[in-house]
Amino acid sequence: MVPARSTDFRVSAGIVALAAIALLIGGAFAGLILEGARDLSGAASAFDPYLLRVARFTLWQAILSTLLSVVPALFVARALSRHPSFFGRGLILQLFALPLALPAIVAALGILALYGNAGYFDGLLGGESWPGIYGLSGILVAHVFFNLPLATRLFLEALGTVPANQWRLASQLGMGARPAFRLIEWPALRAALPGIAGLVFMLCITSFTIVLTLGGGPAATTLEVAIYQALRFDFDPARAVTLTLLQIALTFVVVLALMRLGANTVGDANLPVAPRRYLSAGTAETALNAALISLALLFVAGPMAATLAAGLGADLGRLAGEAAVRQATLTSVVLALLSAVLAVALSLSLIMARRALALMRGAGPRTLLEHATDTGAGFVLVVPPIVVGAGWFLLLRTVSDVFAVAPVMVVAVNAVMAMPFAIRAVRPAYDAASERHERLCAQLGISGWSRLILVDWPSLRRPLATAFAFAMALSLGDLGVIALFGSDSVQTLPYLLLARMGSYRTADAAGLALLLGMVCLALVLVADRLGRGERA
Amino acid sequence: MTPIPDGAEVKHGATVRLDKVSFSYGEASFLFDVEFAASRITAIMGPSGSGKSTLLNLVAGFEAPGSGRVLIVELNVSAAPPSARPVSMVFQENNLFAHLSVERNVGLGRSPSLGLSGADREAIAGALQRVGLAGKENRLPRELSGGERQRVALARVLVRDRPVLLLDEPFASLGPALRDDMLDLLASVHAERKMTVLFVTHQPEDARRIGQDMVFLDNGTVAAAGPAADFFDGSGPEAFRRYIGSGPAKARRD
Repeated sequence: MVPARSTDFRVSAGIVALAAIALLIGGAFAGLILEGARDLSGAASAFDPYLLRVARFTLWQAILSTLLSVVPALFVARALSRHPSFFGRGLILQLFALPLALPAIVAALGILALYGNAGYFDGLLGGESWPGIYGLSGILVAHVFFNLPLATRLFLEALGTVPANQWRLASQLGMGARPAFRLIEWPALRAALPGIAGLVFMLCITSFTIVLTLGGGPAATTLEVAIYQALRFDFDPARAVTLTLLQIALTFVVVLALMRLGANTVGDANLPVAPRRYLSAGTAETALNAALISLALLFVAGPMAATLAAGLGADLGRLAGEAAVRQATLTSVVLALLSAVLAVALSLSLIMARRALALMRGAGPRTLLEHATDTGAGFVLVVPPIVVGAGWFLLLRTVSDVFAVAPVMVVAVNAVMAMPFAIRAVRPAYDAASERHERLCAQLGISGWSRLILVDWPSLRRPLATAFAFAMALSLGDLGVIALFGSDSVQTLPYLLLARMGSYRTADAAGLALLLGMVCLALVLVADRLGRGERA
Repeated sequence: MTPIPDGAEVKHGATVRLDKVSFSYGEASFLFDVEFAASRITAIMGPSGSGKSTLLNLVAGFEAPGSGRVLIVELNVSAAPPSARPVSMVFQENNLFAHLSVERNVGLGRSPSLGLSGADREAIAGALQRVGLAGKENRLPRELSGGERQRVALARVLVRDRPVLLLDEPFASLGPALRDDMLDLLASVHAERKMTVLFVTHQPEDARRIGQDMVFLDNGTVAAAGPAADFFDGSGPEAFRRYIGSGPAKARRD
């Protein structure tokens, strides 16, 4: 135990951060409860066939998306692991990491540019009547675009955990592809399957932007989009309360199930190193694997290429000169910067408090506070941004102009949503640095500002920058809270993009999507580069 | 204005006493009741888990006693934070901040915020000279050998100038020749400064070479204490002979 005096500052910082998170989520619940209490019968009568249909569709699209992402990913991952070195393999894996960095609205536009009823695909068919993909098919394609590469990378990581000796043994015993799959690869994949499927399911059931932009009409609406419609179009607060409660119940059940499965709810995959393989694939298998990998590659690269092509086709010069675009870009950048600062500050506070509490505790049992600093950020995953936004929307509409608080809401909610990622990036570095420096600092009396500047900052600079860039990318591309709170006076780039889509200015939207996609991609690449350098 | 004497007031070593100090960590529990004489080098030996590092951590203030008192020059320091105790400690590793130069690492011993005066800089240069690192002020720790890194730690001990020095197996990862050099350096520094040295080591040669007194720990408590020479002439306690192994016993048989 390091005497408490030197660590008080860190613990208080953690308490402040926890209080801020509690305020954000508590305020949302207060809004929901107050609104529900005011119009109890309204909330109850919102339980109608429409609501049940929406709930059923929410589940149905999530189940289908999960199946369509995870099952092919099993085989693509296996194919990639069977061929640990071929030209372009590294590039394919890099490419598979990109969708995660792309804002959902950019991907949605890319998919429309490719598969929409006026898209490149339609052109390829040469005037045949291609119906385009709206509704369920569009949602599924978009979800698979995001989650197939993610699941593939995670499965590949799982396959990477098979000890090399098992492969040596398999080749010595003369095992063919089929028994090797059954006896070696499948057990590793099966162990990872529930966690990966659970993660994908969670991402699909809380997906808002994709459903908003690609879902069509009441037949293809999920709970989150219905909440948005109830607040922004029908102005039916009672219905919004009921929908929100249903969404919370649903995500709660899913998260509970996920925790039992031990899922990785943050979902970033490291680039797996390819271990040497001792079994070589036959000609037929190689051809099959090549076909599989090519198909997956086409599917993932297609919408990205379409985004690029459509974006370059837009009148970028005029767009750049437009006052609305400039204003939205500025707003986006400022809000994203603030949000990233807040995300990193909150995360660092929780990380420091957790470590300080663990040091004080020694071998004793963990206190409630330490638990809270450990898992506090995880709670936000249970409450999707739209739900937090909806709660505050309902709370604030009675006391002030909800659109005036848009910047505050966007910054706060996006910051908290980025926390799990930020904590992931910073915590290992902080704990390791603390392990090295704690006693030395205590002994030499280095504390407070001196410690921050002389000791902590030099060792945390890179992971903090990683967290910052990632949080900024997440906030820049987000179309959640801003969809609820946005107005003509406060527009971000994704909001402007949605507006241009809504008014059928497709070329403008494509140009904006290119801009937004590039910025987010650049940020995530920077984050990745910094994070990797730290590990090396 | 601290009530605890620092280097300026106690020029030479200070007596360190653990007065019925109890401590427990998980399953393990310790009880220390022992005195370390001023200005002497006491080797602390004992099997793994016997509490050697725990004892040093209690004196340094990294651990707080469950009961009992830690006294330095008969002043109760049990509640003082590590930096307020008249103590310096050198660990087996991680004695330096990897991103700070040798000079700055030593300078932290003078000012924890690195606000260094001209006199401080002179003291730092002198200390680096003393440990044989003159000319390496601007190196980073990764550009030094393991032995040199421990010399930097020793230089910081010199500029801090506290009456008690705690050494937790500081030379355990060095080769035999380097280790002998370091022991000689330690002995000569001790001859000049006369601080009270508590030296935890696994190596009987360390204790034989520079240890004046010996405290042998077993099962979380002091099993034997006395002049180091007594432990090695065959008349040491049975537990110590068992710990040392067949060496002395065989010598007797021969």
